[in-house]
Amino acid sequence: MTENTTQVLQVDDLTTVFDTSDGQVHAVNGVSFTLHNGELLGVVGESGSGKSVTMMSLLQLLPSPPARLVRGQAMFEGKDLLRMSSAEIQHIRGREIGFVFQDPMTSLNPVFTVGYQLMEPLRKHLKLSKAKAKIRAAELLTLVGIPSAEDRLSDYPHQFSGGMRQRVMIAIGLACDPKLLIADEPTTALDVTIQAQILELVRELRKKLGMGIIWITHDLGVVAGIADRVMVMYGGQIVELAPVDELFANPQHPYTQALLLTLPSVDEDDNAPLQTIEGQPPSLDQEPSCCPFVARCDKAMSRCGSELPPTRELDNGHRVVCWLDAQTTQKGAA
Amino acid sequence: MTQSLVEIKQLCVHFPIFKGLMRKQVGAVEAVDQLSFDVLRGETLGLVGESGCGKSTTGRALLRLIDATSGSIKLNLQDSTNNSSTTVDITALGKGQMRPHRPQVQMIFQDPQACLNPRMTVASIIREPLDEHSKLSKSEKHAKVLQLLDDVGLNPSFANRYPHEFSGGQRQRIGIARALALSPQFIVCDEPIAALDVSIQAQVVNLLKDLQEKKGLTYLFISHDLSMVRHIATRVAVMYLGSIVELGPSEQLYKDPKHPYTQALLSAVPVANPAIEKTRQRTLLTGDVPSPANPPSGCRFSTRCPVAKEQCKTERPAWRELQDGRYIACHFAD
Repeated sequence: MTENTTQVLQVDDLTTVFDTSDGQVHAVNGVSFTLHNGELLGVVGESGSGKSVTMMSLLQLLPSPPARLVRGQAMFEGKDLLRMSSAEIQHIRGREIGFVFQDPMTSLNPVFTVGYQLMEPLRKHLKLSKAKAKIRAAELLTLVGIPSAEDRLSDYPHQFSGGMRQRVMIAIGLACDPKLLIADEPTTALDVTIQAQILELVRELRKKLGMGIIWITHDLGVVAGIADRVMVMYGGQIVELAPVDELFANPQHPYTQALLLTLPSVDEDDNAPLQTIEGQPPSLDQEPSCCPFVARCDKAMSRCGSELPPTRELDNGHRVVCWLDAQTTQKGAA
Repeated sequence: MTQSLVEIKQLCVHFPIFKGLMRKQVGAVEAVDQLSFDVLRGETLGLVGESGCGKSTTGRALLRLIDATSGSIKLNLQDSTNNSSTTVDITALGKGQMRPHRPQVQMIFQDPQACLNPRMTVASIIREPLDEHSKLSKSEKHAKVLQLLDDVGLNPSFANRYPHEFSGGQRQRIGIARALALSPQFIVCDEPIAALDVSIQAQVVNLLKDLQEKKGLTYLFISHDLSMVRHIATRVAVMYLGSIVELGPSEQLYKDPKHPYTQALLSAVPVANPAIEKTRQRTLLTGDVPSPANPPSGCRFSTRCPVAKEQCKTERPAWRELQDGRYIACHFAD
């Protein structure tokens, strides 16, 4: 990304804690990133790595309590999303920032027609009349590739297949021409052939609409196909952030390296046992005082277990949070 | 010539649909229709396809957890004590006659959360098959349980814990230990890694491979993850809407898919390499899978097939051997 493109979103030191009866869960720890206009940022990580919680915190979608924002700010168009009142953020959600949820089966309301659910943001945010909202809703359904869109507006969600429902979710997310679309594992619940259709749709929509997209997934293959930059999360922290080609060609963090090695490929013949990352993800019950990956890292040094690793900026916007300096990492990878 | 362990001929599983006041049968969901294939001793047969194509129904029918509507399933079971083998057609067995054969054929389930009884300790879960089917004494059983825990890479001191105290990957190991308890010859693995994280998936797949080598097991590995199936399977069968469209040695099938559906399916799998993703040619399928209650006439794939001709819509393609060991159901592939 060049320097002169405008920033849509700038997040600094976002930290979210859940207060539960069993103690605190430090789900997001000091996450900072920026998103430029027209860019697709892929967010990858295992379950429990804080991907979804980060994005839900941004839009104040987490129930509070138990969730509590400890510190941080998220600047969107000159305003801090995290300090907004609930009335203010309601004007942003669905209007300026669209959200596509993970499970298309449960995130549509079964007792309202698809048309009603599509028209809701249009009428509320854009103050369109019923007739105009209906025309726009039909356009949106056509945009996401649902045939005979006008007739389908009066159908209920159960009359749509999984892939079609996810298209409807994307259409709702896009309804008010948002500047930013956050998609939380939008293809995880779908079959590969349907996933391929949705990915193709997103590629096309980006060309047409040019908004910033944050795409959460745990599938590195999906990210490789559509993202401009990739952010790798582990234990509630960003461990590496880099342009997509750079990340796959030259991963710097031991976790990213290990993650890429664990993947079997459909293109390679390989009968050797798969590389594994031994051990379990961290439990996050304490505020991090050292590298979250230290227990599973094969390159861990003594200071990894006692001090928080520094953030190093490399060339072309590559950022890594690790004690190993560039040289030792390259030796380790060679 | 490797001996076949399971021979399936013209297997059909249809679920009747009842409607109206008199509960008259108005149709049937043809979940599995006219399947014929063999599972060879010592191999891993991968069974792939989209959700709803009948993979799990096939797996369950092979263990007679679901009764077949027609067709035959023959098990060639070997008796290790006197080196003789017996053949049973399990579809023809009466009530209670399947029970003596159950120790030989076991299953690993998809959801490690749901398949373990939360009120039983790990030891009693793994001991349950031994209680039912073996005549071991209490102490022998306990020793066997500890041995099994060790085999699947769990600490034997965990024996008295409950399932909720374990992570997803560890729970799947408990499920595997239970399946192994009676030293079966054949294990149906129904999506054993679908509910696990990438780094944990590799651990479980490696474990399954190790156990296969040590104990000479035969697997039917059901999955929708094509890259993982390529890694673990010796031969792969591709299912679409209740029937197998292609079967062959995994290396050849992945390198040179013959059936248009296999080609589309493989091209839909995202590859974790941005350079390949940018240049790749995709065969995108349009539309959704038709309902198995009302399958298309002729070839079942004809409604979505990019190369379908008139003949495909009327005439059902025969299951034929294309080359040595490669089977296909398509009029035009060569």
